[in-house]
Amino acid sequence: MLFVFALTSGCREASGGEEHVAVAGGDPDRGRTAIATFGCGSCHTIPGIATAKGTAGPPLFFWSKRTFIAGEVPNTPDFLVRWIEVPQAIEPGTAMPNLGVPEGDARDIAAYLYTLR
Amino acid sequence: MNWPLAILTGAGPVASAQAKLGWWLLVVSVVVVVVVTVLVLAGGFRRHSNETSMVEREGAGVRWVVVGGMIVPAIVLTLTFAFTIATENATAAPPKVAGMTVDVIGHRWWWEVRYAGGGSAPTVITANEIHVPVGIPVRLELTSADVIHSFWIPRLAGKTDVVPGQRNVAWIQADKPGIYRGACAEYCGLQHSNMAAFVVAESPAQFEQWTNAQRDTVRAPSDSDAARGLVVFQKSSCMACHTIRGTSAVGRIGPDLTHLVSRMTIAAGSLENTRGNLAGWIANPQSIKPGNDMPTTPLRGSELQALVAYLETLK
Ligand code: HEC
Ligand code: HEC
Ligand SMILES: [Cu+2]
Repeated sequence: MLFVFALTSGCREASGGEEHVAVAGGDPDRGRTAIATFGCGSCHTIPGIATAKGTAGPPLFFWSKRTFIAGEVPNTPDFLVRWIEVPQAIEPGTAMPNLGVPEGDARDIAAYLYTLR
Repeated sequence: MNWPLAILTGAGPVASAQAKLGWWLLVVSVVVVVVVTVLVLAGGFRRHSNETSMVEREGAGVRWVVVGGMIVPAIVLTLTFAFTIATENATAAPPKVAGMTVDVIGHRWWWEVRYAGGGSAPTVITANEIHVPVGIPVRLELTSADVIHSFWIPRLAGKTDVVPGQRNVAWIQADKPGIYRGACAEYCGLQHSNMAAFVVAESPAQFEQWTNAQRDTVRAPSDSDAARGLVVFQKSSCMACHTIRGTSAVGRIGPDLTHLVSRMTIAAGSLENTRGNLAGWIANPQSIKPGNDMPTTPLRGSELQALVAYLETLK
């Protein structure tokens, strides 16, 4: 069911020759703040966020070009939003904790990550 | 975590007295520099008639030197000296018997904070956060577990060195409730700049509530994730360095974690105390605060989840 949802609502817009992934309702600027609030940077190195220098999780460079999320599900906006909300539901036992990120914030964060090209 | 290290706005009697002295020194220095600069420039640009010698032996020239170069500086320096001595005297010891005493122990790179218990009340132990009631002088006994540090809460009191093998005393009093940020002010190694301390000044009632809560030991976790977390804590290295009162963990190398959740920050101001940061800290303390005394512990993802679930119960 998740997968069907993912197929129906992710969309890729072509802009100026570069592919740009849009996340419905997500605002990259708010996402940047939310990343700091939820402490993603204590585990991930994230370009454009000075305090995000963690090395417990993978660095999120070139996020918009990545094929998989956690080597587990395809890198689509809906899977990413869900991963940010409840990674344990996608990959039980992974080191990334469920951080109680509300859906709105997860969309903002996803929007920011897709600006990383 | 944006509490400024403001030095010219005191928020208690010690820092206010020191800030007044600071302002005096600042104003005097600026005035002296301006006056001297103007005189030097005026002297340089002044036309000299060829006849008179460069220095007139008598009259106006000598008067300038005697008054401007000797009498005025003597007065200014004497006043400044008296003001400095008076300020030092006033801030050296609390005006009356101190309301309470707190032991603060400098570690590389965090502060251990202890409130001695009395009678049946156990000692309260926390880290990097000193809770005090407003309006009451608090005596701080400063010692070091390793190298020389310096304790400094700019809005409450100037620096006092924290020296191994020696017990230095400082005192603070906060006039208004609030959070006053401080820092280690003596270079002490790699993470010196991430060695913040916070004074949390609250009403006497809130302070008492806080103290009572901190005295509690922990109860066995009810939730099954948290219960697994306690087992992980006890089976991996954590126990060797941390105390959780009420469990078998009695390590003394790192901060007491009994009431971890009640603190604002993790690792002496390095991170805000949130779920994500707590997990991140446990998973890679050496990337977040390189060189600190907590090693990165090999853990499975599920063990990390359990640990975080457990540590979150340490209210
Ligand atoms: C406790 C450490 C930790 C925190 C905090 C954390 N993550 Fe992760 N994250 C991980 C780990 C470990 C992985 C790898 C998971 C896997 O592959 O199973 C991961 C994977 C990811 C991935 C997929 C990376 C890839 O290469 O496939 C993304 C995207 C991600 N995290 C985003 C976030 C965001 C956004 C936050 C904040 C809301 C966050 N993470 C907070 C540890 C963390
Ligand atoms: C070799 C000793 C050592 C071991 C082992 C160790 N720690 Fe630590 N821990 C420390 C030190 C030292 C600090 C303070 C670091 C600093 O702020 O510079 C610390 C800080 C912490 C903090 C933050 C406390 C605060 O108030 O800032 C937490 C939480 C913590 N450790 C949890 C753990 C857990 C969980 C484990 C086991 C996986 C563990 N530690 C293993 C030494 C250790
Ligand atoms: Cu220092």
